[in-house]
Amino acid sequence: MAASGERLFEGADWDFPILQRIHDACEEIARKELGLDVYPNQIEVITAEQMLDAYSSVGMPLFYKHWSFGKQFAFQEASYRKGLMGLAYEIVINSSPCISYLMEENTATMQTLVIAHAAFGHNHFFKNNYLFKQWTDAEGILDYLEFAKGYIATCEDRHGREAVERTIDAAHALMSHGVDRYPGKKTLDLRDEEKRAGQRRQHEESVFNDLWRTVPNAKAKTKAALTAERRHALLGLPQENILYFLEKTAPRLAPWQRELIRIVRHIAQYFYPQSQTKVMNEGTATYVHYRIMNRLHQQGRITDGNFLEFLQSHTNVVFQPEFDDRRYSGFNPYALGFAMMQDIERIVASPEQEDREWFPDIAGKRDVEGVLREIWSNYRDESFISQFLSPALIRRFRLFHLHDDPAESAGIKVDAIHDERGYRRVRRELARQYDVGFVDANIEVVDVDLDGDRRLMLRHTTVKGAQLNETDTRRVLQHLADLWSYDVALTEVDGTDKVLKEYVISPRAAAVAA
Amino acid sequence: MAIHIVDRRLNPGSKSLENRQRFLRRAKALVQGAVKKTSQERDIKDVLEGGEVSIPLDGMDEPRFRREGGTRDMVLPGNKKFIEGDWLPRPSQSGGKGSGAGEGDSEDAFRFVLSRDEFVDLFLDDLELPDLAKRKLAQTESEGIQRAGYATSGSPANISISRTVGRALARRVALRRPRKDEIEALEAELAACDDSVRRSELLAQLEALKAKKKRIPFIDPIDIRYRRFEAVPKPVAQAVMFCLMDVSGSMSEHMKDLAKRFYMLLYVFLRRRYKHVEIVFIRHTDRAEEVDEDTFFHGPASGGTLVSSALVAMNDIVRTRFRPSDWNIYAAQASDGDNMTSDSAVTGQLLTNNILPVCQFFAYLEVGEAANYTFDMPDSSLWTLYERLRNDGAPLSMRKVSERGEIFPVFQDLFKRRGKQERVA
Repeated sequence: MAASGERLFEGADWDFPILQRIHDACEEIARKELGLDVYPNQIEVITAEQMLDAYSSVGMPLFYKHWSFGKQFAFQEASYRKGLMGLAYEIVINSSPCISYLMEENTATMQTLVIAHAAFGHNHFFKNNYLFKQWTDAEGILDYLEFAKGYIATCEDRHGREAVERTIDAAHALMSHGVDRYPGKKTLDLRDEEKRAGQRRQHEESVFNDLWRTVPNAKAKTKAALTAERRHALLGLPQENILYFLEKTAPRLAPWQRELIRIVRHIAQYFYPQSQTKVMNEGTATYVHYRIMNRLHQQGRITDGNFLEFLQSHTNVVFQPEFDDRRYSGFNPYALGFAMMQDIERIVASPEQEDREWFPDIAGKRDVEGVLREIWSNYRDESFISQFLSPALIRRFRLFHLHDDPAESAGIKVDAIHDERGYRRVRRELARQYDVGFVDANIEVVDVDLDGDRRLMLRHTTVKGAQLNETDTRRVLQHLADLWSYDVALTEVDGTDKVLKEYVISPRAAAVAA
Repeated sequence: MAIHIVDRRLNPGSKSLENRQRFLRRAKALVQGAVKKTSQERDIKDVLEGGEVSIPLDGMDEPRFRREGGTRDMVLPGNKKFIEGDWLPRPSQSGGKGSGAGEGDSEDAFRFVLSRDEFVDLFLDDLELPDLAKRKLAQTESEGIQRAGYATSGSPANISISRTVGRALARRVALRRPRKDEIEALEAELAACDDSVRRSELLAQLEALKAKKKRIPFIDPIDIRYRRFEAVPKPVAQAVMFCLMDVSGSMSEHMKDLAKRFYMLLYVFLRRRYKHVEIVFIRHTDRAEEVDEDTFFHGPASGGTLVSSALVAMNDIVRTRFRPSDWNIYAAQASDGDNMTSDSAVTGQLLTNNILPVCQFFAYLEVGEAANYTFDMPDSSLWTLYERLRNDGAPLSMRKVSERGEIFPVFQDLFKRRGKQERVA
């Protein structure tokens, strides 16, 4: 390991021993100063072309073949060639060992930045955040992808490419509704079942009161209601994971088709935490690289020139255009995340009176790294923002909340701004923008007509009057009907169960499940 | 802690190639339409360079459940003058709403770049030489390799393990090679035995078994079998294309340009799609000569017009080099249609008696002046002659071209893949 004060590199060029030195220097700071806990690192150097390849397979080093990735690749390649799009400096994969791809044309400074950002920032987040712990298996993902790729290729050989493609197309269309949002209950084994039955009996005995007999019974349920209840219990309804439901209960799918659906579902589930933690994940990584780079500069391991180069790209990354800027396209997760992490650092280290009122738990606690690590482990974007977006930050970003009701002819209402009355409302609305419950349409499988035509019934409960786009919905339902192989009906209802719209789609003649 | 640094730069690139091919295959009809549309606006050279095409996304989209409308709430940064309770006018519909609009736009006009090969392949995709019927077992190049049973000798790479092990097993069973458990059982018995007579008996037995086991090897060289491969000749369809071009004085620069473009296209098409097609270039004024491709496309020449001279030259070449029973013979002729009146009879005779009987297909392209008055004029002498022949049932196909843009459609029309019944009209 380089002694403190010794330069890691000179100029812009790097080679593999330098990468090793950079990694070791970063690691020392990450572990000793920030107390990070990371998966083993694997750093891979790739070319721009390989980076483009990686883009089209959602960043994974291996992935099954499908035309939609080719379409994405053609599109990205075209815009990259035209100069419309720059490439990322790195891609990092939530796996153990944690793989980070570095572009070969990065300068030595950029490689340092990227190693600090990906190999330590993201890596720590992947290993410690509760969502990733709960939903992803970092050790197994690469093996699983390998299996998926092989399995799909075998299916293509055996059943023909078109049949496989049709099934995967259909599964892709439903991918956003193929994730479990809550950890399911574990099925008990026999011994636990018995124990629980015993406890239940004991409880019944302990609360036995003969008087209950005299209380008039509720009206007995009709036979129809009982069969419906039984059917729901058997099929596990209502079910919001549509792919899971199809995999388990679609009547006419071949076993290999169920396996394909399962593969798509597993991959959707693997990426599910990432979509819920964009702000936090990037905020963490940006904060970590900022701390590490500053410390390296203080120790004299990188020159002033290198540090300036770093500051320039760092500033670009955390730039947040204002709403009336031509460059504005929503919140930059790097900017928001990094600002919040720094703000928490400020609150913990040197709070104002206001911060003490808003954040009594962490204000003035002094252990910045401890508090941040705790936050990184236990929150996702929505809860993170609704807990830790401070009035000071709302003022700094000059956030305001617009409420646009199409029925209102006067126009769009400014509902809250960065003042005493508005802080909480602004914060709640911003948090809601990151709430998966609001981001995805709430669609559930509610019933199957087992006595009649086996029609599958779904329900979309609308939020704030937003209905589904008709063309797209018909196409998705067509895919769904092909997999189900009987009619599919979707009803859109509002909060009061009033029916807004109904769709009924029949499977195509040459349906997937023949 | 362990860290691995891996240099992936030398790994083969284009991992996405297969996905890209799948995408193109799926979008084939759409891309092909786009390719044809673009190719009409371009120069031949440019066409063959590939380039950007844009396709509509019908059938290529990936639908998702998507919501729209309803009440919207948004939190934005950068407030300058608004206070709570202000009402802002809605932006006009045409203006779009910034972030939301971007996505839709990029989806409608999906543009991407095709490589040169992809472009040409798609462009030439549904073209073929008609009636490629005479197939022949031909020379060296057409040999393929195919599995042909097993052999007792061969290269170690070709050892068939399952065969070898199977035969070894059969041999061991047949020769009663002692099995391991038999020997072990005897050894165990020996260890447990106290009786000396029995012991020596057992010892002798054991000795014999061990010796036998040694004599009969587990795998013997005679067991080994190799997979055998055999070179088999594959029939190839041999074909020759005669390109006959009129370069006489009556052909204007424009006409020559059209004719050359046509042949250029024909040349690329044949080179790309048929490995075994020979191409013979003949240009003629009042006399014909066989030239190489460079002279054909770029060499200057001028003079009178005798169409029969080219046909005579072609006939000679067919007689000396391409036996009609072995070769599929094609010809494409480009001319302005002028011919000496005295030559018509000779030309007609040559065609009916010598050329057309041996040809699978004869294409005649009449090039005209840029202005469209050509089509008001009476048919040229050559056109009239060929029309008569065609009506008599000769495998002749004729087209008129007077604009650059017509070259591609005419070319595709001439070489379009056809069903068996549908003869070239």
